[in-house]
Amino acid sequence: MGYTLKMRLWRGDQSGGDLQDYDVEVETGEVVLDAIHRVQATQAGDLAVRWNCKAGKCGSCSAEINGKPRLMCMSRLSDYPETETITVTPMRTFPVIRDLVTDVSYNYEKAKELPYVELPPRDADGKRRMMQEDVERGQEFRKCIECFLCQNTCHVVRDHEENKKAFAGPRFFLRYAELDMHPLDTLDRRETTREQAGLGMCNITKCCTEVCPEGIHITDNAIIPMKERVVDKTYDPLVWLGNKIGIRNKDRDSRTEV
Amino acid sequence: MTTTSETPSVPDSDVEKHQYDVVVIGAGGSGLRAAIAAHEAGARVALVCKSLLGKAHTVMAEGGAAAALGNLWPDDSWQVHFRDTMRGGKMLNNWRMAQLHAQEAPERVLELEDWGALFDRTKDGLISQRDFGGHRYARLAHVGDRTGLEMIRTLQQRAVQLGVEVFMECTITDLLKDGDRVSGAFGYWRETGRFITFDAPSIVLATGGIGKSFKVTSNSWEYTGDGHAMALRAGAKLINMEFVQFHPTGMVWPPSVKGLLVTESVRGDGGILKNSEGKRFMFDYIPEFFKSETADTEEEADRWYEDKKNNRRPPELLPRDEVARAINSEIKAGRGSEHGGVYLDIASRRTPEFIRKRLPSMYHQFKELADVDITVEAMEIGPTCHYVMGGVEVDADTELSGVEGLYAVGECSGGMHGSNRLGGNSLSDLLVFGRRAGESAAAYVAGLGAARPAVSDDDLAAARSFALKPFDPASGDNENPYKVQQDLQQTMNDLVGIIRTRAELESSLAEIEKLKVRAAHLKVEGQREYNPGWHLALDLHNMLLVSECIAKAALEREESRGGHTREDHPGFNEEWGTKNIVLSINSAGDGVDLATQPLPVMPDELAAFFEEGH
Repeated sequence: MGYTLKMRLWRGDQSGGDLQDYDVEVETGEVVLDAIHRVQATQAGDLAVRWNCKAGKCGSCSAEINGKPRLMCMSRLSDYPETETITVTPMRTFPVIRDLVTDVSYNYEKAKELPYVELPPRDADGKRRMMQEDVERGQEFRKCIECFLCQNTCHVVRDHEENKKAFAGPRFFLRYAELDMHPLDTLDRRETTREQAGLGMCNITKCCTEVCPEGIHITDNAIIPMKERVVDKTYDPLVWLGNKIGIRNKDRDSRTEV
Repeated sequence: MTTTSETPSVPDSDVEKHQYDVVVIGAGGSGLRAAIAAHEAGARVALVCKSLLGKAHTVMAEGGAAAALGNLWPDDSWQVHFRDTMRGGKMLNNWRMAQLHAQEAPERVLELEDWGALFDRTKDGLISQRDFGGHRYARLAHVGDRTGLEMIRTLQQRAVQLGVEVFMECTITDLLKDGDRVSGAFGYWRETGRFITFDAPSIVLATGGIGKSFKVTSNSWEYTGDGHAMALRAGAKLINMEFVQFHPTGMVWPPSVKGLLVTESVRGDGGILKNSEGKRFMFDYIPEFFKSETADTEEEADRWYEDKKNNRRPPELLPRDEVARAINSEIKAGRGSEHGGVYLDIASRRTPEFIRKRLPSMYHQFKELADVDITVEAMEIGPTCHYVMGGVEVDADTELSGVEGLYAVGECSGGMHGSNRLGGNSLSDLLVFGRRAGESAAAYVAGLGAARPAVSDDDLAAARSFALKPFDPASGDNENPYKVQQDLQQTMNDLVGIIRTRAELESSLAEIEKLKVRAAHLKVEGQREYNPGWHLALDLHNMLLVSECIAKAALEREESRGGHTREDHPGFNEEWGTKNIVLSINSAGDGVDLATQPLPVMPDELAAFFEEGH
């Protein structure tokens, strides 16, 4: 049942590196991460790779497999012909630390810049009430496992390092959308989404949605609705006039702007 | 390649130094909750974790957090939850922990909602609650079957919002002491291999479990028993280490996913267990202890999902230890599935829409990894090492260990779950005791004034030199850490697994001694920068010490109870039901000593819950 898989793995660090060839025994039913672990245990004890759950739940083992951004634990060997060489390289958008591990601190820095949820007091009985259909919109976005494949594949940052400063990226547009759609949240973050997070720089190519291992409709369900709401508020002449002369925007009338 | 840049002879000037009031080791649910509590109490807090923030094992928890909110069943209360927990643990739980847990869990869950968690709802808009084994009422607050992700994300976002300082991909290898008191912690940055020291009078261990010592496990690579072993070496005691929970339902096929968890929610939502003959076999395994509360016909069991008041619960929802043993017996009797498990069937009992809605993550997991559509076919499952009930002995109210300044919480602490943990009680345990530990740790520092303990340079040098040894081994040292780990995992699986015997446990201890010798001769290749072989070499020492604790305690306890089954001593032994096994580091520091001590005595008003008729 087993066979010898040919792999090419990127080995190196900040100072440089190259693709190295490995032949490794694999079994039916294994995934790319299993093969990498076997290389590590038998041929290259110092091969650096991030992983935790091996079940597609933690988003640690992101890499590019034959050039496609994927989770190594969710990439079955049976999806590739046995004769094919599988090439694994680190995510391209983030600086390499070593081998397949990249420095994803950009994402953690962006997370610190985000505004947080602000809810009104609980009901008189100490509980909160929200309806299932209302929480489901936000729940889709909260499925995000922070694998950062969307950030990696977003060409606003992939090819333009200088954009990172002004652009939060798809993972965090999800977060803005989730807060915006929270049934009880009291803040209006449309200005911050536009100015601080750089939502306008996204030109909706849907690359992020294509690589999301959780199947979240990042573009259609989060980014486009957010863009529409920002546009309505900022550029719709009637809404603008209404705000100017003191007739408040009916959209989320009770929300406080941040 | 050999190491060129760093050897033990280089002076200590490369050790990065930090000063904090409270250092929390581990950033899963309990560590995050402890860090938040300590921060809110005014302490300067560092949160240190081996992985990136948000990747801890908590992220994999599926089912939910048990809390008697009473949203679906108004009769539910902390008293019923307390009783279920004690009975699930076969009365070996620390009663005070079980009480605090049941009383405080609801508020801890509601607090998550205040911080942005979006739980599934009841039709009235309240937090939904789901059925799990051993719980009399549907009690688990959940988000589909990805509750752990929701919890860790909520806590992570809260901690970031508060400005808690996080040291990611940073491993602590040793606790430091000044006399009898904790003075700090020593470790290294995984990225650079550089050493780091925390000068801190309060340390909260929130390092999780020990599952990576077993071959078939649902646990992540991080579960190497670091907190357990570091606490032992610092002079704290471990209790109940023989009680290791084998979750009844892990995936068994394909090999790459063997051990991966299949949530108990599958059974909570109507899934049943069948053997290769198609028989629903759990009715054959109802123990005397649970007979009065378990349905003995399929009809009654099926009615229970809709009417919990007038029916008893299905035997598939017995506590985990009972179900795991039953599955093991069926497989042993030759009635197992094609790949050595049994069948878990929800496809024939619920609509595809229901399954996809309630169990989206399970649907996805089987579809992607096993090519099985669980809305159409049964799953093949078998027991997998999941949780350790044993851990650092702590004071129930404060989570203080026997060492001044050292706290332990979550899976790395012991006592709360007795001999067996009920599903859903872990996520709530993390919240309840995480908060308590954080508050206690901060209060202790506030009370110290200027009398802070100091980190000694000698201790630093010793920790440093131990950590670097695998790069500069004695001549002839050539053990591969991956190979030693694999051999340990095989030993624990074969000899200290779900069913144990005296002979097997004795040989496991002999094997562990041999592995300890091999672990003293490890050699790693490459340099200090992000080197997993080196990281494993250091973690291995913790895994071996903890494995010895488990095997030794399992050999001593001559009865079967909860997560500990002795084939040569079946059934409860009343005398063993009155005491805990306590382990401490031996005088040479290279193994453990064992003793027993009586259980804390439950006050009469709580004991009354367990009298006849209740």
